[in-house]
Amino acid sequence: MNKHSALARFLDGDIWWSFKQNKLVMIAAVAALLCLFASAFAPLVAPHNPFDLKTLNLLDAFTPPSWTAAGKSQFLLGTDDQGRDILSTIMYGSRVSLVVGICAVLLSMLIGITLGLISGYVGGSLDAFIMRVADIQLSFPAILIALLIDGVARVALPKGMHDQVAVYVLIFAIAASGWVQYARTVRGSTLVERNKEYVQAARVIGRKPLAIMFTHVLPNVTGPVMVLATLHVGTAIITEATLSFLGVGVPPTQPSLGTLIRIGNDFLFSGEWWITVFPGGALVVLVLSINVLGDWLRDALNPKLR
Amino acid sequence: MLAFIIRRLLQSIMVMLAVGFIAFSLFNFVGDPVSLMLPPEATAADREEVRKSLGLDEPFYIQFAKFVGNALQGNFGISLRLGRPVSQLLIERLPATLELAMTAALIGLFVGIPMGVYTALRRHSVTSKILLTGSLIGVSLPNFLIGIFLILIFAVWLGVLPSFGRGDVTHIGLWSTGFLTISGLKALVLPAVTLGLFPVTLIMRLVRSEMLEVLRTDYIKFARARGLTNRSVHFGHALKNTLVPVITITGLQLGGLIAFAIITETVFQWPGMGLLFIQAVQFADIPVMAAYLCLIGLIFVVINLLVDMLYYTVDPRLRISRAAAGGH
Repeated sequence: MNKHSALARFLDGDIWWSFKQNKLVMIAAVAALLCLFASAFAPLVAPHNPFDLKTLNLLDAFTPPSWTAAGKSQFLLGTDDQGRDILSTIMYGSRVSLVVGICAVLLSMLIGITLGLISGYVGGSLDAFIMRVADIQLSFPAILIALLIDGVARVALPKGMHDQVAVYVLIFAIAASGWVQYARTVRGSTLVERNKEYVQAARVIGRKPLAIMFTHVLPNVTGPVMVLATLHVGTAIITEATLSFLGVGVPPTQPSLGTLIRIGNDFLFSGEWWITVFPGGALVVLVLSINVLGDWLRDALNPKLR
Repeated sequence: MLAFIIRRLLQSIMVMLAVGFIAFSLFNFVGDPVSLMLPPEATAADREEVRKSLGLDEPFYIQFAKFVGNALQGNFGISLRLGRPVSQLLIERLPATLELAMTAALIGLFVGIPMGVYTALRRHSVTSKILLTGSLIGVSLPNFLIGIFLILIFAVWLGVLPSFGRGDVTHIGLWSTGFLTISGLKALVLPAVTLGLFPVTLIMRLVRSEMLEVLRTDYIKFARARGLTNRSVHFGHALKNTLVPVITITGLQLGGLIAFAIITETVFQWPGMGLLFIQAVQFADIPVMAAYLCLIGLIFVVINLLVDMLYYTVDPRLRISRAAAGGH
């Protein structure tokens, strides 16, 4: 089982084949990788450092994109109100968006999988309670719950402290608004796995319930969770952008794509459309490519659709 | 039937108590109500006075009971930011949000249903494929971005529609409506379209899949065998049977629309409850947050309850499965 044979098996397998068949998915994969690369290596590939105040020049403010008459060649997509290069702020911004989105999904998975395993394996009144809470939460939109958690944190934490922990609060708020789906899926699969022989065997040799849940049951229920997680990254990024746009997300010192759109929105009427449109376009490309990949993964992993 | 209603009613009351409890803890533990109400130079004696007058020295459950009692009478205290009773603020803002949400729901029904029917009947036409792909993109786009792009095109570049506010409103008693003036109607267009886009795609997909399912059933084949025209089969028999789930889903969505209106109202500076709430979050205006939370909770609970009861009366199969599953 060396690495080479694993790769060879993957290239020979169904998933790679279905990937090659689908042009839209290939475009989406390229776009997603491009976004990932540009944001991960933003300090290296971005033409300017938008947060280095020394390099900013207010005389460059509101420069339109370089292909228009008033554009400057060093600012491909123009500059914002502080003379920051839009292309660079987008790269740094999508970095914040991606980190918040992915961390929120991971935390959401952690909460949801744990509660789902406990709910399905232990059963009884604990199960009934967790599922009741899940039902109630599901009847409210996720964005409202995230907004509420963020609002409460804003009131509870002292003003100066809030700006420092705003990103963590945001991650927690988005994670807490999305755990229900994981919990329900994992609970369903756990109910099936619980009665299988290998679980009974583990119980007979005296393993503790927690060990059975996490080492025996967990590996057998993760398949559907992975697909959920891919699609959830797109949703989480949208939620983050929406909260930041509403002014309750990340602080302006660490702008995400949503914050950039919010900043640009103030200049829409004075004709500086590029400050809003390009970050908006970047957000659309990012979310759309992740969603296309998630949809494809769901179909590719579903044996019924083959 | 009666047992079912009572059980659901009890459940709804439990949910409302839970929501009320969150609002109450927001009020009493998260922010310190005493320092919120007093000037910073107040003495310790003053603070004790206020604590007494607010009933904060009483045991916890009595405080909660008082909060529920006040909430039932619509008394949520005074907004910290605007200095006016919260209930009054909410009542002022309610018509704007409801008119927006209603218009969006109607757009959803009147655009979504024909599109759904069309894509189901002409499954392989190019228009259907464009509509379906477009709806997928529409769902992936963040709602606020659609609003911004609409403003950019129709307000900034073309200059044909206003991009913020409600225009002129007419007051009828407590209700203020924008339906009766030209500027009010014009101001409604962009926000309503933005908010309505999601229900349009949802209803279109729902109608399409329901229609495809119904068109395969025996009674449709029988209707065709009787020699009825296509028109009568499609609209008289098939569509009619798809409408029950469509109407219930739209009903359920109405609560979501009111919640999502927060975003649309911020983009278009629409003077509704959502804008009030988001400003309350930004300024840590706890009474407004608590009251909005309770109101939204109430709207959701009532809608869910009505839809559940509607299902129960409309679909006899549900009564059997409920009875069978009732044991758990």
